[in-house]
Amino acid sequence: MKYDSLLNKYPLPKTLKEEIKQELEKLNVNKTAAKKIIERCYEMYLKNLMEPGEAAGIIAAQSMGEPGTQMTMRTFHYAGVAEIDVTLGLPRLIEILDVRKNPSTPMMTIRLTEEYAKDREKAREIANKIEATYILDIADVATDIRHMRIVINLDEKALERKQIKVEDVKKKIEKGLKTEVVEEDGKLIIQISEPSFKKLMDTFDKLKNIVLVGIKEIRRVIVRKENDEYVLYTEGSNLKKIMRVKGIDFARTTTNNIYEIYEVLGIEAARNAIIKEAISTLEEQGLEVDARHIMLVADVMTADGELKQIGRHGVAGEKHSILARAAFEMTVNNLLDAAIKGDVDLLRGITENIIVGQPIKLGTGDVELIARLGGRR
Amino acid sequence: MIPKRINAIKFEVLSPHEIRRMSVGKIITPETYDDDGFPIEAGLMDPKLGVIDPGLRCKTCGGKAGECPGHFGHIELVAPVIHVGYAKLIAKILNAVCRECGRILLKDEKRDKFIDEIENRKRLGQDFEDIVKEVFRITKAVKKCPHCGEEQIEIKFEKPTFYYEGEHRLTPKDVRERLEKIPNDDILAFGMDYRAVRPEWMVLTVFPVPPVTVRPSIILESGQRSEDDLTHKLVDIIRINQRFLENKEAGAPQLILEDLWELLQYHVTTYLDNEVSGIPPARHRSGRPLKTLAQRLKGKEGRFRGSLSGKRVNFSARTVISPDPNLSINEVGVPQVIAEELTVPLFVTEKNIDIAREFILRTEHPKANYVIREDGKRIRVLDANREEIAEMLEPGWIVERQLMDGDVVLFNRQPSLHRMSIMAHYVRVLPYKTFRLNPAVCPPYNADFDGDEMNLHVPQSLEAQAEAKILMSVQEHILSPRFGGPIIGGIHDHISGLYLLTRGVKKFTKEEVMSILKPLNIEELPEPKEDGYWTGKQIFSCILPDITIEFKAEICQGCEECKKENCEYDAYVVIRNGELISGTIDEKAVGAFKGIIIDEITRKYGNEETKRFIDNMTQLAIRAIMNAGFSFGIDDEDIPEEAINQIREVIANAEKEVEKLINAYKESNLEPMPGRSLEETLEMRIMRELGRARDQAGKIAGRFLGMDNSAVIMAVSGARGSMLNLTQMAACIGQQSVRGERIKRGYTYTNRTLSHFKPGDLGAKARGFVKSSYKEGLSPIEYFFHAMGGREGLVDTAVRTSQSGYLQRRLINALQDLKVEYDGTVREQTSGMLVQFRYGEDGIDAMKSFRGKAVDVKRIVAEVLNKE
Repeated sequence: MKYDSLLNKYPLPKTLKEEIKQELEKLNVNKTAAKKIIERCYEMYLKNLMEPGEAAGIIAAQSMGEPGTQMTMRTFHYAGVAEIDVTLGLPRLIEILDVRKNPSTPMMTIRLTEEYAKDREKAREIANKIEATYILDIADVATDIRHMRIVINLDEKALERKQIKVEDVKKKIEKGLKTEVVEEDGKLIIQISEPSFKKLMDTFDKLKNIVLVGIKEIRRVIVRKENDEYVLYTEGSNLKKIMRVKGIDFARTTTNNIYEIYEVLGIEAARNAIIKEAISTLEEQGLEVDARHIMLVADVMTADGELKQIGRHGVAGEKHSILARAAFEMTVNNLLDAAIKGDVDLLRGITENIIVGQPIKLGTGDVELIARLGGRR
Repeated sequence: MIPKRINAIKFEVLSPHEIRRMSVGKIITPETYDDDGFPIEAGLMDPKLGVIDPGLRCKTCGGKAGECPGHFGHIELVAPVIHVGYAKLIAKILNAVCRECGRILLKDEKRDKFIDEIENRKRLGQDFEDIVKEVFRITKAVKKCPHCGEEQIEIKFEKPTFYYEGEHRLTPKDVRERLEKIPNDDILAFGMDYRAVRPEWMVLTVFPVPPVTVRPSIILESGQRSEDDLTHKLVDIIRINQRFLENKEAGAPQLILEDLWELLQYHVTTYLDNEVSGIPPARHRSGRPLKTLAQRLKGKEGRFRGSLSGKRVNFSARTVISPDPNLSINEVGVPQVIAEELTVPLFVTEKNIDIAREFILRTEHPKANYVIREDGKRIRVLDANREEIAEMLEPGWIVERQLMDGDVVLFNRQPSLHRMSIMAHYVRVLPYKTFRLNPAVCPPYNADFDGDEMNLHVPQSLEAQAEAKILMSVQEHILSPRFGGPIIGGIHDHISGLYLLTRGVKKFTKEEVMSILKPLNIEELPEPKEDGYWTGKQIFSCILPDITIEFKAEICQGCEECKKENCEYDAYVVIRNGELISGTIDEKAVGAFKGIIIDEITRKYGNEETKRFIDNMTQLAIRAIMNAGFSFGIDDEDIPEEAINQIREVIANAEKEVEKLINAYKESNLEPMPGRSLEETLEMRIMRELGRARDQAGKIAGRFLGMDNSAVIMAVSGARGSMLNLTQMAACIGQQSVRGERIKRGYTYTNRTLSHFKPGDLGAKARGFVKSSYKEGLSPIEYFFHAMGGREGLVDTAVRTSQSGYLQRRLINALQDLKVEYDGTVREQTSGMLVQFRYGEDGIDAMKSFRGKAVDVKRIVAEVLNKE
C-alpha cells in the first residue's frame, strides 16, 4: 500500500508495477530505498523499450518460424488429459495460424458451477447430458429382413448408466425417423412401410446417426478431478450449445477451436485464444518464445475486427501493395487484376521497395535526417 | 545527394493505341536473321528493337548493347483474339451486359448504388471484391434488359477462350463488338476503372512485340544461334497471322479461316501463359514445354521471387567451415585465396592518397586489384601498369584493395531462419581453404562442421560497413530477441571442460595453472589455497568479472530440500563478487540457450565484456579439457557381467509381464482404462511396461558406469548426448515405434509384422521391442524394426523442413511491413493500419527483456539494498 504513491509517479506498465510492489512488500523496504529502486526500475524500463523504426513484425515472424524447424511432426500426443488425443507440434501451430474452421482435434475444457463441481455424481450427470449418445451405445440393433423391420434390443445397464429412459429413446427415434416405433417385450421395433431392402438399410443408417441425448459434436466426455473440483474434458467442441447447459460455469469454460471462439465470443476473445493456444503449443515442445511476438501475430490476425489467417487468403493476400502480393503467391493473377482496377502501388512496404531497388523504410532506412557534407559541391 | 525515389507505380491494360504508340515498327516477317547472320528488317530481331550483340548499335536510340534498354515493336493481328488472362472476366461481363444495347443489366439507380459503395470502399482502402461479385451474380440472373427490353441469352464460357450463346459460338470479333458498346459509366460497377481499361482492350487486335533484350538469343559453341522461347512463340504468331491474311485476301472458305483463327488464338494464348488448363502446352522441338510470359514471372525461380526480391551479388565467397577456438567469437578466418579475390573499396581523398598508392604499388597480399577512375572506368592493376596507375591516382578515384585483417564482413549460413543467421565478423586472413569460426557461434547459425558451407559478403560502402559493425556484430546478438536469453555460449567440449575443471575440489600445481591460463590475458594469479595448490574453481574465477549470482546447475538432482552451498553433488552454484565459491560450471551456467552467467554478464557489463568472457571461457575450457584428458571409445560402454545379468533379468521380467497382460486380454480379464477400448488399454499398458523395463536397464547401466565415465560426464553436464543415448548404447535400445504405436503393420491378412511370428502375436518381440543394446548388436528382426522406426524419423524431418519453411515464409510475408513508430505504436506500413497501441502491451524489446520480464526487478532490488 505504502508504495503505491511512489509507484504512481512513474508511467510504468501495470504488470511491472505489480511486480515491483510485490518485491518491495516481500522485503518490506524502507521508503528511501524503495524510491531508489523504483527510480532504477524506471531507468531500466526506458532502456529496455523497443526502439522506433524497429522491424517488430519480421522479428516476431522469425521468432515464431525458427522454432518451427525444431518441432515434431507427431500429430497425436497426450496432453494434460491422458485419455484425449490432441494435435500438437508443428501441425497444430499451422492450424492455429491458418484459422481452420474445423481443427483436426477440437477439445473443450468445461468447468462447473460450485454446486456441480464438488460432487462426482452431479458432474457425471452433466457429462451424460452433453455427451452424444447414439443408439449403438445403448442397444444392439438388428435388421430383420424377413419382416422388413429393425429390432432394437436395449441394454438396460447402459440405459441406467447413461440415465436415459426408454420412452425418451422411443420419442427421439420417432422424431428423427418420422416413423412409428413399437415397443414389444422390452424391444423397440421399427417397421419399414415399403418392402424395399434399400429403404431398410437407409433407415438403419439414419437410425445409427440419431443423437439420442447430448450434443452432436461432443463425441466423448471425461470427468477428472483437478485440485478439489471436477472438470469435464470433451472430445469435440460446441461452445454455443454448451453455454446453455445448466450447471456449467461458462466463464471458466473454453475450447481449443479458435474460430468457434471468434464466432461466439468475438474478436478480442479470439485474439486471446490465439495467444493462449500458440503459447501452449510452443511450450509443450519445450520452445521458449517471448509472448510479445505471439501477441503481435495474433494482433495482426485480428486487427480489423475479422479473424484473418496468415497466408494468401488472409493477411498476406489483403496487402495493399500489388507487388508484395505478386511476390508472395499467385503472381500472374494479382498483376492482371491490378491492371483491370487501375490499381496504384504506393511503394510503402518492404518487398515493393526491394523490387524497385530503393532503400526500405525500416530501421536505419527510416531515418529522414540528411547530413550535408562539407568540402566540395 | 538525395537519390530519386519512385513514388508510385500504376497498373493499367495496354490499349491498341498505346501499343502502336510505343512501337518502333511493325513486325511482319517471321524470319530473324538473313544468310549472312544479320538481323532482317521488320523481323523479330530488327535492330530497331534494340541490340544484344556487342558492337552493334540500336537503330532507334543509337545505344550499344547494355546501354539501350530495348524498344517495343508490334504486330497487327488480322483478326482479334482473346487475352487468356481475362477470358473468365470477359465471360462474366458478357453475362452482365445487354447483348443488344451493351448497357449493364441493372437500373441506373441500382447501378449507382453499387458504384457508390465501390467508390466508398476504395476511398477507405478496403476490399470491394464482394460487391463486384454481387453485381455479377444479380446481372447474370436478369432475363430482360431494363434499358432496351431485349431478351438475354446466357453465355456459356468454355475454357480456355470460347464463348457460346446457346448453341451459337461467339467469335472474338463478336465479343469485342459487344464489349465496345458498354458505356464508361457502367464499367465502374464491375470494379474496373475506365481510365485504366476499356473492356474491349481485353480482346487483342494489336500485339506488342517485346524488345530483343527481353528475349536474347544465345550463341552455342557450334556457332549456331539458339533463340529464346518467347521468340519462338512470336515466330509462330507472325507466321499464322501472315497465313491468315493471305488466305483471307485470297477469299478462302470460311472453314479454313476459322481454323486459322483458332490456331492464332492458340499461339497467342500459349505465348501469354503456357500452363492454361484445357489446351496442350506449346512445346520445344525436344519436347520440353516452352517457358512463356506467365512462366517467367511465376514461382520461386520466376522474375518476382527469383530476380526482383532476391538477387545474385558480387563481393561474396563460399566455402566449407571448420572450427578454431583461438579466434574471437566476432572473428572469421578467411582463406588467403579468398582474401586475395575479394576487395574493399578505398575512396581516395587527399588524406589517404598515400595509403591508397601504397596498396597499388604492393605486389602481394593486401594489394589493390582494381582502380576505378572518376569516370567510372575500371582498370585492373597488373605488374605492367602498377606504377603508371599509382602515378595517375588522384582524389575521387576508388581503389579496390584486397580483404585484410580487421575488415568487417557479413557471414551467413542458410537457411537464414532468423536475424542471427547473418552476422558481422572481423576478418582474420589465415592459410588453408576453409572459413574458420569460433565454435561458440555455432548455435545461432545452427552450424556444425560435418561439411557445412557458409557464405561471406563484403559490404562495399562506408555506411554499410558502419551498420554492419554497429548493428550486426556477433556481440550484438548474444541475446536472442526470441526469448531474451543468450543464444551464443559454450558447446560440447567447452562444457565438459569446465565441468571437469570446476567439479568438486580439483587441485592444480602452479605449472598446471600456468599452462591452463596461458592463452588468456591474466596478469596475476590468485592466492593459492593453504596447501599450496590452486583449485579448479579458482582458475575459473580468473575469467569471471565482478558478479554475484546463485543458481542450481544442470547436474542438480532435484532433491526435495535444497541444501544450497552444502549440496553433496556440488550442483548449487554460488558466485560472489566474481569468485566461484561452490557449484559446478556446466551447461546451465555457460551453455548456449541457457547460460545464466552469460546472461548476467551481458546485463551488468554489456556486450563487449560478454564477448570477452565467452572468448576467455572457450579458450580456458579447451585448455582445461586438454589438461584433464578426455576421450570416448567403445569400451566406455562396457558394463560388467553382473550388470548384464541384471539387465537381462529386468527385461525377461518385463516380457513375462507383457505375456501376462496379453493372456489377461485374451481371456477378457483386462480392465479397460476410462474412455479407452480394451485393445488401446492393452497397448498402453504394454508400452508402459516395456518403457519401464528400458528405464530400469538404463539405470542399472548408469550405476555401473559411474560418474567418471566420459559419456556420463557429457550427458550429465549437458555437453552432448543424454542418458537415454547411453542407455541405448550400453543396456537396451527399447521399443521401436511408428506413429507413436508399437509396430503393427506388415502382413495385415495374418495380422503379424513378419513371417517369423505366429499370426496375431502381440508379444514384445513381435511388435518391435529391441532388447539388445547398440554395443551388443541387433538381431536381424530387431534390426528390421529399428529401421522402420528410423525411417519414420527421416520422413518426419523431410516433411517438417518443407512445412515449417512455408509457414515461415507466410509469417514473414504477413508481418514484414510492421514497424514500431516513434510514438510506440505498431503500424502496418502499406495501409497505415494500427496493429498495436503499444508494442507487446508494455513496449519492451523482447531481446532486452529479462527472459520475458520488462525489468529484472529482483536484481535491481538486490543491488540497491546491497549498496545501502
